Amino acid sequence: MTDVLYAQTDQSGTSAINYLDPRTRLLTAVLTTVTLISIDSLVILTGALVFAAGITALAGLGAFSVVRRLVLLEGFVIVLLLVLPFTTTGEPLFELGPIVPSGEGLKLAAVIALKINTITLLNLALIGTLSPLQVGNALRLLRVPGNLVQLLLMSVRYISVLENEYARIRRAMKARAFVARSNVHTWRTFGWLVGMLLVRSFERSRRVSNAMRCRGFNGSFTFHSESQWKVLDSITLTLATVTSVCLIFRSYMT
Amino acid sequence: MAHIPEGILSEPVLIGGAVLGIAMLGYSLKRMPAESIPQTALLAAALFVSSLVSIPVGVSSVHLLLNGLMGIVLGIVAVPAILIALVLQAVFFGYGGLVVLGVNLVNLALPAVLCAIVIRPLIHNASPRKSFWLGLLAGGLGACMTGILLTSSIMLSDPNLIPAAKIILLTFVPLMAIEGVITGFTVGFIKRVAPELILPKEGRHV
Repeated sequence: MTDVLYAQTDQSGTSAINYLDPRTRLLTAVLTTVTLISIDSLVILTGALVFAAGITALAGLGAFSVVRRLVLLEGFVIVLLLVLPFTTTGEPLFELGPIVPSGEGLKLAAVIALKINTITLLNLALIGTLSPLQVGNALRLLRVPGNLVQLLLMSVRYISVLENEYARIRRAMKARAFVARSNVHTWRTFGWLVGMLLVRSFERSRRVSNAMRCRGFNGSFTFHSESQWKVLDSITLTLATVTSVCLIFRSYMT
Repeated sequence: MAHIPEGILSEPVLIGGAVLGIAMLGYSLKRMPAESIPQTALLAAALFVSSLVSIPVGVSSVHLLLNGLMGIVLGIVAVPAILIALVLQAVFFGYGGLVVLGVNLVNLALPAVLCAIVIRPLIHNASPRKSFWLGLLAGGLGACMTGILLTSSIMLSDPNLIPAAKIILLTFVPLMAIEGVITGFTVGFIKRVAPELILPKEGRHV
């Protein structure tokens, strides 16, 4: 699952989204999300979904992987969508014995479904295409506290290492004929597995920390910034801000 | 990790969550010296990997939240560790989002901080056998509080969502049990193998 963290995202510039600075992409993602949350009109939301699909295509994400991620969206969204039409009070659409879906409930479910999908698409296109290093660097330039950015980058660095460690332990368990079932033995084994991962990561962290001190680590990383703010970024951000303000203003007026 | 996707919560809930989340983050970051970054990062990574493991329960399987365990192992620094796990999931997997991040952080980190302050010092002084029960308490409490916080943030957003939120809360009951049992075994294991991992109240890993 974590292979997404290390997947070679296309940074050669062949994908149009890479003309934008990572900061622009992060800020635009936040702006569009805030805007979409305030909208309740089905027409505008459908338009936004089409727009988001366009941006996703522009970002060069494969249709299959995008659809797979949308399908994987939280189980409880499905609960919400299935339950809402029947629990919201309003005009009944039709009666089928005790099952009486209301128009209002159906509309609410549609609004939520549209919002979730549009926002997820935009997030995948705008920031899902960034590498962890780019995100870290952009956050640093956006004045996010330095130790938080370092924590993020170091965690990302070691997730793959610890995943290998985990796979190694699982192989050892398999060699000893362990099969995961729903019983106390399995849960105890998994509890110890998590404990083992923590103990090993802690030992490793001591070695890493000592090695870093040997090399004169004084609590701050040196960043090599490759991103440059261009005119295109200013234009995109201005456009996004103006559109957002207009749409939010409109939804509070109606 | 249990997180609410973007697009469900109302503006007041989102703003409230963001303000509280930033306050908690600021407080805990002040208590994280630069020298402890490698330790915190590796433990956070280990817990992130652990939360991807699917655990069979009955006919289905669950992923653990591990926020109770995070509080016990990391102390107050669990707050940035949870934030990082959420950011990774939001940015790279598309689960959750950037605007709802504050609410999701509070829902997971508040129980973790409670475990860090109340249960961690108890485990520090306890025997391995007794630590199992304290770990069980921490794991169960973490999942239970997160379930309650998560459903109340949905309920506060829109009264129409109350019935659906109740169904979601029900799914937390088996999670609570399994979370408790596994955290109990993990804590008992750590107390036997590497007791120095669980520090007293004001301790931090350096």
